[in-house]
Amino acid sequence: MTAMPAARPTPPATAYWIGFAVVVVLLIVAPLVLPPFWQRFATEILVWGLLAMSSDILIGYTGMVSFGHSAFFGLGMYGAATALLTVKPPSLGLALLYGLVAAGAAAVFVAYFATRLRDIYFAISTLVFSQIFYVIIFTWTEVTGGENGLTFSQPRLTIPGIWSDRFTPVTFHWFVLAVVVLSYLLVRRITQSPFGMVLQSIRENEPRTRAIGYHVERYKIVAVMLSGLFAGLSGVLYALQNKFAAPDFVFFVVSGEVVIFNVMGGMGTLVGPFAGAAFFLLLREGLSRFLTEYYLIPLGIIFIIMIIFLPQGLLGFLRRRLNT
Amino acid sequence: MDQIIIQTLHGLVNGMVLAMVASGLTLIFGIMDIVNFAHGDLMMLGAFVGASVLGVTGNYWLALVVAAIVIAVLGALLQVTTLRPLIGRDPLTTILATFGVSLVIQKYALWQWGPSVRRISEPVPGEFTLFHLQYPWYRVATAVLAGLIIGGLWLFLKYGKYGIWIRATTQDRVMAQAMGIPVPLVYTAVFAIGSAMAAASGVLFGPFAGVTQTMGFDFTLRAFIVVVVGGMGNLGGSILASIFVSLLESYASIVVSPAQAVIVSFVVLVLTMLFRPTGLFVPTPK
Repeated sequence: MTAMPAARPTPPATAYWIGFAVVVVLLIVAPLVLPPFWQRFATEILVWGLLAMSSDILIGYTGMVSFGHSAFFGLGMYGAATALLTVKPPSLGLALLYGLVAAGAAAVFVAYFATRLRDIYFAISTLVFSQIFYVIIFTWTEVTGGENGLTFSQPRLTIPGIWSDRFTPVTFHWFVLAVVVLSYLLVRRITQSPFGMVLQSIRENEPRTRAIGYHVERYKIVAVMLSGLFAGLSGVLYALQNKFAAPDFVFFVVSGEVVIFNVMGGMGTLVGPFAGAAFFLLLREGLSRFLTEYYLIPLGIIFIIMIIFLPQGLLGFLRRRLNT
Repeated sequence: MDQIIIQTLHGLVNGMVLAMVASGLTLIFGIMDIVNFAHGDLMMLGAFVGASVLGVTGNYWLALVVAAIVIAVLGALLQVTTLRPLIGRDPLTTILATFGVSLVIQKYALWQWGPSVRRISEPVPGEFTLFHLQYPWYRVATAVLAGLIIGGLWLFLKYGKYGIWIRATTQDRVMAQAMGIPVPLVYTAVFAIGSAMAAASGVLFGPFAGVTQTMGFDFTLRAFIVVVVGGMGNLGGSILASIFVSLLESYASIVVSPAQAVIVSFVVLVLTMLFRPTGLFVPTPK
């Protein structure tokens, strides 16, 4: 990363935090003014954006394209489902914990093997690992419900000793927003820490990073694990919103969409993936109204055109500002 | 015992079809460094085109040729419009671009031919008795035909004038260009040939299980696996790997369900990448 020019009218950090605050306030107000359909839509964008952001740690910051994020997302979903189905009374905290443990365990497994490989080999191996999880979940009907998946009821939103209530769409949106904002700030802090700098130097020049003396493999393993954990977190949120876990979400299509979100929004910005998710989902919503399931034809073409002519994505031009 | 012989035959037949898919993929990768995510979908599209031609004319061999030509033209167009602008960028962007292409092709096939399974009728009638099973001749014929097509490709690469151009481009792009070989044209031609191979294998595979618009991803994944196991860009290696992996899967399906037998090939891939990343069927690099 190059240094910022010294003199500027407003320091970029201030401008950044003002922008951040405005977006967060807008997202807090959003469910109060939007009709129910769009309310739900806004929550979904946040959830998918979180998944895309988790993948950005790898794609944008470490330079590894993961085609297997559906595995972590799906295991987060199934982890949450297991907690809500087996533990009585259903507890939100345990759902989060189980989901994160499941996704984290999968991430350790994938990270251990896949990080030894580079570039397209890494991409293919993550894809293959996610398919392994998919086949296991799809065929192990006794535990996972097979093709039908698992359904459960939503737990109550509980803050121990203070408050306990059923989720309404509005409180659920705020809950998701809180989780997403905290995750974003955490990941942002991580990518700016010395650890994050090492990841970025792996992206820029791996042999040189190794030559300086960093244990590149170890950094990559931790990066994949972090990414897997946040992907699992978004899986838990998605499961809570929809009250089910299904094998479709472990399938490759989800991983592909995650990559599309990143490319469309702008890799290496953390905010870009959210923009990409919003852009993709809005396009899908708009196109599928009159194209039904064929919306992917124009969407795929837009995607290809963006790769060729706009490789930085929608927010790529902000990349330097967003990382200060 | 008879189970094992049946599964061996089965594995060999499946392996030959897979080898055809993989040889197109490995050709494209070896020459252009492009991981073609849409390869399985080109195969699917070829199978649908073949099925349509078969429906109109009733001639299987004509369907095979027409499908190969149509998809070759489509492949050339794709290469010129989407992949040529990406030359010189990170090879990962080509995965993303071909992934986009795969989405478009898949939904186009759904739109054009609907979600139901299309049957392609068998080109060769008759069956022979193998222990307790009636084994259809066309499967054996398909394997032989796939072998012949791959052999033809090999001879073309080895002795044909344009084949030598292609191999020269693989070895040293800059030098090939300096010797007057039109490298961009070679790229387009190679992509067209690879696409034609995919389409032909689609038509060959058609009678086995029918054609659906979702079969592409499955074959892309399997072709990736054998191409990596056989050594990226190595034609002979990926053919051996196709047969090896298909045999293993066939034997595994004696014990577990076919859906789970797929995991065997995943495991082979992971082990290969960990312990012999250059590929199983290539000489140890010095």
